[in-house]
Amino acid sequence: MRTVTAAPASAPPDHRFARPSRLRRSWDRNWYAWAMVLPVVIVLAVLIFYPLGRGIWLSFTTLNEANQVAEICTKSISGGEVCEENPNRWEYAGLDNYVRVLTGQVGRFWEWTGITLIWTFVGVAFHYCLGLGLAILLNRPMRGRGLYRVLLVLPWAVPAFVSAFAWKFIFNERFGLANSLLTALGADPLPWFSERWTSLFTAIVTNVWLGVPFMMVALLGGLQTIPGELYEAAEIDGASPWQRFRAVTMPGLRPTSMTVILLGTIWTFNLFPVIFLVTEGEPAGETEILVTGAYRAAFEGIRNYSLASTYGVLILSILLVFSVFYRRALRKQGEVW
Amino acid sequence: MGQSTSSGTAASTARTPTAPIKAGSTPAAPAEPARRAGRSRRSRATSLLLHGTLIVASLVAIGPIVWVLLSSFKPGYAVQSTNLTLVQDPTLTNYRYVLFDTSFLRWLLNSVIVAAGTMGIGIFLSATTGYAVSRFNFPGRRPLMMVFLVTQMFPVAILIVPIYTIMARLGLINTLPSLVIAYLTIAVPFCAWMLKGYFDSIPTSLDEAAALDGCGPFATFWRVVLPLARPAIAVTAFYTFLTAWGEVAYASAFIQTDNQFTLAYGLRQFVPQYNPQWEYLTAAAVLVTVPAGLVFLFAQRHLVSGLTAGGTKG
Repeated sequence: MRTVTAAPASAPPDHRFARPSRLRRSWDRNWYAWAMVLPVVIVLAVLIFYPLGRGIWLSFTTLNEANQVAEICTKSISGGEVCEENPNRWEYAGLDNYVRVLTGQVGRFWEWTGITLIWTFVGVAFHYCLGLGLAILLNRPMRGRGLYRVLLVLPWAVPAFVSAFAWKFIFNERFGLANSLLTALGADPLPWFSERWTSLFTAIVTNVWLGVPFMMVALLGGLQTIPGELYEAAEIDGASPWQRFRAVTMPGLRPTSMTVILLGTIWTFNLFPVIFLVTEGEPAGETEILVTGAYRAAFEGIRNYSLASTYGVLILSILLVFSVFYRRALRKQGEVW
Repeated sequence: MGQSTSSGTAASTARTPTAPIKAGSTPAAPAEPARRAGRSRRSRATSLLLHGTLIVASLVAIGPIVWVLLSSFKPGYAVQSTNLTLVQDPTLTNYRYVLFDTSFLRWLLNSVIVAAGTMGIGIFLSATTGYAVSRFNFPGRRPLMMVFLVTQMFPVAILIVPIYTIMARLGLINTLPSLVIAYLTIAVPFCAWMLKGYFDSIPTSLDEAAALDGCGPFATFWRVVLPLARPAIAVTAFYTFLTAWGEVAYASAFIQTDNQFTLAYGLRQFVPQYNPQWEYLTAAAVLVTVPAGLVFLFAQRHLVSGLTAGGTKG
């Protein structure tokens, strides 16, 4: 253990018991660690885990905006209120919501899942490859390195909804920059949002633009932890640049890569603003990913809280299953965390 | 990659570049650590390719920002014209409208309060948590790390209603603290994770020395470790600020009256949904981005060294 256990301030004040209980010893040793994490644990418990528990429960009910009140109260002539039980009150519904979602009675779960997988995979692949390429370029000494770095990281500083708007503006079918450039090059302007794949393309471009800076910065940090001696040794052994990349850079980046790919996958999977604002699901809901599709299915019209919770539980389950398999796959090649 | 590999005798200490530098190649930046000196000699073609790639990438990175900036100075008819022009009848009308015909200054103040609050509390919470997780092997440490990861998986758009119910019960609806609390739940888990990685890279011998000098665990953290973690703190500040600055979903759920709007939400609000007034939107986008850009400029020096996403073993 790496802790500083003998700090005088935390010495047990009571020496009458020759042998304090295990709990007591654990408390004496760890109270400051617990004190340091306590505020975060409380906030997470109240605002993440309570809603999560409630969400799971709600997914088994029929709760929506219209049936949420337990009693319907009407003003009587004498001025008082008469309340009677709501006959259509929400109730426990078992697996009904899940059946309806998974069989496609509400929304298009499987189609959205497919789009989400494409969206996530393509997005993260581009984030990682472009981020890695730029990080390697930026890791060499050269003139103007600081300036390049600032410019390349700049998209990170732009709030997500602003970038979404900027790209929506660029891909505008009537006066957007993309179509103006196409026309200037002699091509026909494209109706970006009236076909599924061009529409999804605009969203993926936006997402790649948004996400590369984080990957690049994280990987650049990772590159700088690789000792230069390894490269020198590889050079002395006559390794080609490609061999050096394979044998030194990639293994050295492994811990960073694994973490940023996992985080990137989770973030992209749930990235709400880009699809919601750029494609708006056009054409006709064909570019919805799970989060945006669920949001529209549950919250447009009468807000259906139980349906929203059902989708939330399904999304969380997919990601949990993914990260369990991801960790297991990594563990086979050696422990990462 | 065409650099010569002639520095075969390079020992780890004395390493003067012996091979002659070819004319036209870029000399190594003087501040560069010596370990890369052997890799800095490259031919003119490689150099051109390197800079060409980076210039193209930089243009792609800033292009959309510049385009929106240019458009924000155009009058409405020019923004929506199909002709490709960079500057056309430059005017400040759009900015005048956004600044003076909306509650812009009020929203700016609200946003600054929310972002600063999130930043201050967020740094404090993630630093203490990250330090505890990095240094003390207490029961509950690994589950806590897993929880941080799992919180990143929650679809915000879906869980917004249960959180709304809690805020309503706490009487926080339509107040700025509700936003600060909500943003902390987004930002702190990731920041604590990131800071833990950085704290791991600070040798524990420093802690032990401080303990010998009579520092308690809190004093060690505050006086010894925290000052050393300045780059990581800067990244945390940047991340928490941005999270709070650009968020719209929670703001639209929790905030109901105009005088409590944040900037991001307020500026979206005055644009009608079906007939977007692009010229005002461009000006609004620029105005929202400028403060975030300023924070970025302060933090950017530290971004690379401070962001340790799994860079060290946990």
